[in-house]
Amino acid sequence: MSKQNPDKDLSARAGASGIQKVLRHRLFFPLLCLALVLLANVAKTPNFFAVSINNGVLYGYIVDVVNRASELVILAIGMTLATAASGGQDISVGAVMAVSAAVCCQILSGGEVSVTSFQNPLVLAVSASLAASALCGAFNGFLVARLRIQPMVATLILFTAGRGVAQLITAGQITYIRVSAYKTAGGYIPGVPIPVPIFFAIGTAVIVALLLRFTALRLFVEAAGVNSSAARLVGLGSARVVFVTYVICGFLAGLAGFVASSRIYSADANNIGLYLEMDAILAVALGGNILGGGRFSLAGSVIGAFTIQSLSTTLYAMNISADQLPVYKAAAVIAIITLQSDVFRGFIRNPRIKNITGSIVFSKKETQT
Amino acid sequence: MQDNIVLRMQGIYKSFPGVQALRNVDFTLRKGEIHALMGENGAGKSTLIKVLTGVYIMDAGEIHIQSGSSGPAGSSGPAGSSGPAGSSGPGRDGLAEVLVPVVNHSPQEAQANGISTVYQEISLCPNLTVAENLFIGREPRKFGLIDWKTINKKADMLLKRLKIPSVSTQQLDDCSIAVQQMIAIARAVDMKCKALILDEPTSSLDDDEVTKLFQLMRQLKEQNVGIIFVTHFLEQVYEVCDRITVLRNGELAGEYEVKDLPRVQLVAKMMGKEFDDLAEIKTSAKSSPDFESETPFIEAAGLGCTGNIKPFDLRVYKGEVVGFTGLLGSGRSELARALYSADKPDSGTLKVRGTEVRFSSPLDAMKKGMAYLPEDRKRDGIIAELSVRENIIIALQAKRGVWKPISRKESENFADKYIALLQIKTAGRETPVKSLSGGNQQKVIIGRWLLTNPEYLILDEPTRGIDIGTKTEIQKLVLKLAHDGVGVAFISSEIEEMLRTCTRMAVLRDRQKVGELSGGDLKQEIIMRTIAGGEKQNV
Amino acid sequence: MRIIPLQRKNLSDTTFLLLVTIGLFAAMYAAGMIIFTNQGFAKPQMFLNLFITNASLIVISCGLTVVMITGGIDISVGSVTALVCMVAAYMMEKQGASVYAAVSVSLGIGLAFGLAQGFLVSYLGIQPFIVTLAGMFFGRGMTAVISKEMISIKNEVFLAWANYKIDLPFGTTNKKGVFQHAYIYPTVIAALVILILVIILLKRTKFGRALYAIGGNQQSALMMGLNVRRTRFFAYVLSGFLAGLGGFLFCLNSAAGFVEQARGLEMDAVSSSVIGGTLLSGGVGNPIGTLFGVLIKGTISSLITTQGSLSSWWVRIALSALLCFFIVLQSVITSRKRKTKSGSSGP
Repeated sequence: MSKQNPDKDLSARAGASGIQKVLRHRLFFPLLCLALVLLANVAKTPNFFAVSINNGVLYGYIVDVVNRASELVILAIGMTLATAASGGQDISVGAVMAVSAAVCCQILSGGEVSVTSFQNPLVLAVSASLAASALCGAFNGFLVARLRIQPMVATLILFTAGRGVAQLITAGQITYIRVSAYKTAGGYIPGVPIPVPIFFAIGTAVIVALLLRFTALRLFVEAAGVNSSAARLVGLGSARVVFVTYVICGFLAGLAGFVASSRIYSADANNIGLYLEMDAILAVALGGNILGGGRFSLAGSVIGAFTIQSLSTTLYAMNISADQLPVYKAAAVIAIITLQSDVFRGFIRNPRIKNITGSIVFSKKETQT
Repeated sequence: MQDNIVLRMQGIYKSFPGVQALRNVDFTLRKGEIHALMGENGAGKSTLIKVLTGVYIMDAGEIHIQSGSSGPAGSSGPAGSSGPAGSSGPGRDGLAEVLVPVVNHSPQEAQANGISTVYQEISLCPNLTVAENLFIGREPRKFGLIDWKTINKKADMLLKRLKIPSVSTQQLDDCSIAVQQMIAIARAVDMKCKALILDEPTSSLDDDEVTKLFQLMRQLKEQNVGIIFVTHFLEQVYEVCDRITVLRNGELAGEYEVKDLPRVQLVAKMMGKEFDDLAEIKTSAKSSPDFESETPFIEAAGLGCTGNIKPFDLRVYKGEVVGFTGLLGSGRSELARALYSADKPDSGTLKVRGTEVRFSSPLDAMKKGMAYLPEDRKRDGIIAELSVRENIIIALQAKRGVWKPISRKESENFADKYIALLQIKTAGRETPVKSLSGGNQQKVIIGRWLLTNPEYLILDEPTRGIDIGTKTEIQKLVLKLAHDGVGVAFISSEIEEMLRTCTRMAVLRDRQKVGELSGGDLKQEIIMRTIAGGEKQNV
Repeated sequence: MRIIPLQRKNLSDTTFLLLVTIGLFAAMYAAGMIIFTNQGFAKPQMFLNLFITNASLIVISCGLTVVMITGGIDISVGSVTALVCMVAAYMMEKQGASVYAAVSVSLGIGLAFGLAQGFLVSYLGIQPFIVTLAGMFFGRGMTAVISKEMISIKNEVFLAWANYKIDLPFGTTNKKGVFQHAYIYPTVIAALVILILVIILLKRTKFGRALYAIGGNQQSALMMGLNVRRTRFFAYVLSGFLAGLGGFLFCLNSAAGFVEQARGLEMDAVSSSVIGGTLLSGGVGNPIGTLFGVLIKGTISSLITTQGSLSSWWVRIALSALLCFFIVLQSVITSRKRKTKSGSSGP
């Protein structure tokens, strides 16, 4: 139970060809990153992997990491699909989380600032919040797939407006739902020692994995992401595929928003999902997925999400505040993107050739005409 | 003769991995001539141009260019005097004009050496004004700031001198394509080019616009500019050119004066007359069966797509191979795309099995039993990062929809079946298709469509860039499919190949279907004559 | 010789977009003057206030317009502003640095962002959005690294700069019958100077024209011998520099540094540019339009503030809606253009 990180070194020692195979595996790099971050954690806090049971629930650093990573896992899954199909990222997910939380809490509170009992059924509230976030996703999807606006510009609109909408829904208040049933999604089910958010994360991962396994969605998404022109000619509506991935991405952001809101039994439009869009993009990139679209690995993104949460934990342990985390994460994104870039790869392969992009190669001396 | 030469290329060799694109090609351009460079797909025209303009570096050979009095390209002189234009004739005899060897490493370097190119896709900026497009990068300045007055004045003078119907302050976007083309030429001329390459400049112009472009070309010719004219329109070659160089399969097929080379002979030179000694494929399927009583599988009436293909009629029956023939750019691919709704037709009707259909996307066409192997394998065909298996099953999967996936086991069986059937050389079914050779990629796409069990299969250049063995296999496959009752549309640049496979041929010229040949008319000479047009057709 | 009569369109698309913007601004401002006459909306000072509050945004949006003309984007500008304010405040208050040192460091920070982002975008070929998104988070995080607490600036020279009123030769008479000069602050003059410089840069220099060429058709720009990479690089450098300068102007206005400062400013800048007629796809853009974009944003917020009962969130929502409208408008115009041209080029 306490040993969650897979020991890569062991399998690598199997033999020369074994090493090659392990190195080439697409999850090698993501797992290596995770292992490094976990090692750093162990070095900092020796009892990092220690798990105990207090008051009938699991307790320990590692449990906390997995628990806290839940929303990010859910977001990263949606982001992976949107990235793979459109070659761009949805930067509105954090704001959509806030919208979802606001809708949910506002329905439950019936307009009051703080309530101790549900004013409307929970099912209605949750469905409405998920529908609202799917609608946000559809809005993004429409702009990206139909109007062909660059994904990040299109989602920039909700990125900024989303929190404003959430504020409007809650009338600028932080709505509190002080009902223990509402806290369940972000807390514990009596008698079960594992935090509930973990179930949400596992549930999302399993459902999407099953969807990819038992439908042709993966093939459709990857084909649209790799070559949308060829995909169209073999009868795949690339635009529709992209649209659907954005709806899924929005829906999952809504789910993550619900979990996050349940944790703090309130809708705090300013802080729910803050900076999480960056984490989600980072998780996708760390998972070995190319941000330009195409082939994707869901497992990689999930591993990436855990890596980032562990990284956050490490940084917190080093007395770095939540506000300051983006510095390190931004640096990590730039590093990964640089490693992924064609120019850099070309430079590594053959340092002499300087111009790899563009079909036309400049001579060093620009000819002034 | 000697000192009339502007440009001479000798013994040019250029190869790409697996392909010898140019083999010992010579090319000579003289002052004040319009010289057509002709050849079918893969003949090496564009490679030769790219070697000349420094996009590619040649493996062997020499390029010499005239080095005369005209100074180095650079600051444009006063009143837009353009090198050779200003002082033509005997006045310059005193100055030595020698041919010096050059090696161009980039289009910019070629331009500095006096070789300018105007491409089919106009290399100008649509959002800038005409004047700016003429002078960008070399704007006259006053006190360090751009002097718009001078630019506009100089631009207007240049436009006037070349009789281009535009004004300096007009936005390029608002000019017709022909005028844009002329402005691109004007830019090149004003930058003192000695050799002007026009790469398919007329393919998107209408007749009226072509006439205007030709006026400009003749005018430049009088000013002693050497023009290389790359085109696939035969009519235009005979209208405006002085000389023709024909390439075939990367080799020089010959250089001729236009008046010495009748159209039919030109077509023959381009296509290559001799039948290769491939196994004589049995011709039993070729006897055109009597289909008249049946309902045609496909019946197009007045189907057209503005800008791509003029309205055409076509009937296709199951079990026959109908070739779409014509030179490159004649509209043979566009006709196929209109049938498949890859480009949505905007006129006419299409009937499948006697009922009228209206396709809104290729998927609709697929559902009616059609399949389409596109001309541009890289751009429209393969999905590079995906595996051979995925590339094979994707069309069938799209047809079934997202909810009915082909199981892993099933898809592996399909992939193995077609890898074996088509003898696809691949490390495995999970190998990314991008790592296969061109021929094998093509087979993967054929496999993809065979898997959908098509009733009508359109093959656009299935054999391009493929070794001779595979070519024969594909031809055999086409005949077998027809024998099994599939209707096949076959497009190829090689006439022998089409003769061997087709029972009927639709002939296209200048984006229009101009005739249909079958039975006894399926002879090389008649086909070429129909393609060539212009002269009396005995169809 | 036949010369066909020129078919000059009466109204090019670019002019059309600009006119829509100016018309929108005029209509909104007029509406404000009619509805809120009593709250002083009709006074000239109200109009000048638009410039006073948005001086920094004018400078920042001009920089962004330059980048957007090349077809790129820079969303780090809001964070750069926050960082500049924080650094300036920290230097002057905690380290006793002079105003001049604070100004130089502010400009240096902007320049550093521009250099780094420009390098990644133009020489490594990474998507500008991802690069500047990272820049945005980096800047915001660094602000928190310097200080999590708000720092108010009390430096006397700084405050003297910030509060130096420039009276204009006109004004209004108040209820007591005392004539009051209309006034502006030095920030407005700085913003207008930058605006004019950027206009000259874009219209009258090789660099400026190369920006348009790259945005219009990068491949063509390359074929015409322009140095595409270097031009694009300097576009980001300029944008970074102007973000630094704009940040300092912002600081003069707010006289404080804190983490949450200027949040969403990048959105204001992007929408100002787009509303002002800059095409997201590049090649078209005009600082004059951008100025009107900023004024529209300013008018929306004064309308909402004057109205009083509406939440300030409405400003951002209204602006996003407007941005969305203009994006769709652009998309329609470009697709219509593509359609009319599609006949001319094969598949």
